[in-house]
Amino acid sequence: MADVLSWIGGGFVVAGVLLSVLGAVGVLRFPDVYTRIHAASITDTGGTSLVVLGLCLISGLSLVTLKLVFVWVFIMLTTPVAANALANAAFSSGHKPRVGTFQIMRTDERRKTPRGTDES
Amino acid sequence: MIALPPSFDANLAIDIGLLLMLLAIAGAIVRTRSLLAAIILFSIYSLVSAVWLVVMDAADVAFTEAVVGAGVSTIVLLGAILLTRGEAEKPDWRRLIAPALVCMLVGGLLVYAAMGLPALGDAASPANAYVGRAYLQQTPNDIGIPNVVTAVLSSYRGFDTLGETTVIFAAGVGVALMLGFGPRASLAPPPASVGDQHVVLRVAAKLLIPLIALYALYVQFHGDLGAGGGFQAGVIMAAAIILHALVFGLRETMAAVPPKVARSVAALGVLLFAGVGVVCLMNGGGFLDYDYLFAPSVEKQIPGWLLGDPDHAHHWGQHFGILTIEFGVLLTVSAVMVTIFYGFAGRTVDVARDEARR
Repeated sequence: MADVLSWIGGGFVVAGVLLSVLGAVGVLRFPDVYTRIHAASITDTGGTSLVVLGLCLISGLSLVTLKLVFVWVFIMLTTPVAANALANAAFSSGHKPRVGTFQIMRTDERRKTPRGTDES
Repeated sequence: MIALPPSFDANLAIDIGLLLMLLAIAGAIVRTRSLLAAIILFSIYSLVSAVWLVVMDAADVAFTEAVVGAGVSTIVLLGAILLTRGEAEKPDWRRLIAPALVCMLVGGLLVYAAMGLPALGDAASPANAYVGRAYLQQTPNDIGIPNVVTAVLSSYRGFDTLGETTVIFAAGVGVALMLGFGPRASLAPPPASVGDQHVVLRVAAKLLIPLIALYALYVQFHGDLGAGGGFQAGVIMAAAIILHALVFGLRETMAAVPPKVARSVAALGVLLFAGVGVVCLMNGGGFLDYDYLFAPSVEKQIPGWLLGDPDHAHHWGQHFGILTIEFGVLLTVSAVMVTIFYGFAGRTVDVARDEARR
């Protein structure tokens, strides 16, 4: 039973890590500040939640589980607020979201907008 | 548990991964021209090294690295960057030759010295064999607290720790002399419309600040039993106050914790620490010898059953001595951090006012 639980927990941890990697790729690849914040907060909330859930299953019911739950609650209280504050600051400093129909940017077009700066 | 091939050393893989991350972050810090990005990268560097220290089983050091390196020094640096420009100039390459040579020399010497270090966990190494082993063996009898790190820090080497606390106090006084204790002009009330945007931030901060302060007290009073102590707790307490200032504005925080109170408390902490030492002296012991913290007449009042097993008697003097001096450390560290923050933040107000006048 414990072995099965640790396998399921391991699966959750791996899923959480994959989600975090996806979030990191999103931060690098998404076109503007807001979509990048969205990708980063997936890492913070979704990825971490899955990892913590997996660790809960691996550790079994003990004091460690309670501590993990506290960690999870703290993360859930802070990281969405951080993402909100970041988006708020970006908006009030005048960053405009990129809107328009979806198209894959050509290489020459991508070169025009250097990484880390927005055309706005 | 999940079986791995025996040749696979998970610890080694994690060590190498974390060190490579540190290397990559260090490279990024050198390359970036944006000071803001450099500060954030420094914070990440501290966080990764804290994780690495946890892997190395140095929980107390990791804790300090996380709260000081990733937490409060980032905030102080962010306060400092508001007084200067956001971009570093690209220096002339000829001016980089001498520093690069010095860096390579020192780095090479460090690598050379590292080859002479004993293997990790080597029982015969000096750190584990002589004094270290003596501390581990003597602490249950001498001090009677489980966390040997705290025992060494605050009892065996209490005098060193008093020196460290005084250094922090002196640093706070130095920064305050350069930057002032706070804004010299009276702070204008914030415009009413500003608060409306940050309602999420304010609600979350209101929820978190008491929890952070409570956690600081937990770290403080748990220092005898696990990782923690006055230094970490003080920084966490200061982080709670600085978070309040960042979210609600300097004016509100200075109403709650006036600069005068902050600098008085900083002095009070050192006074408390040294005062414990003087009390020990007056009761016939050495300076900071907590076995003499209570006068013999007081010690007789402690009922015998509280002392427990006569072989490992409960050391009330040691226990209360450590708690008191750690509390002094908490007061000094948190008040100094808040004073330094007030210094930087107060200057920011001045800079903003000067620019508005211009």
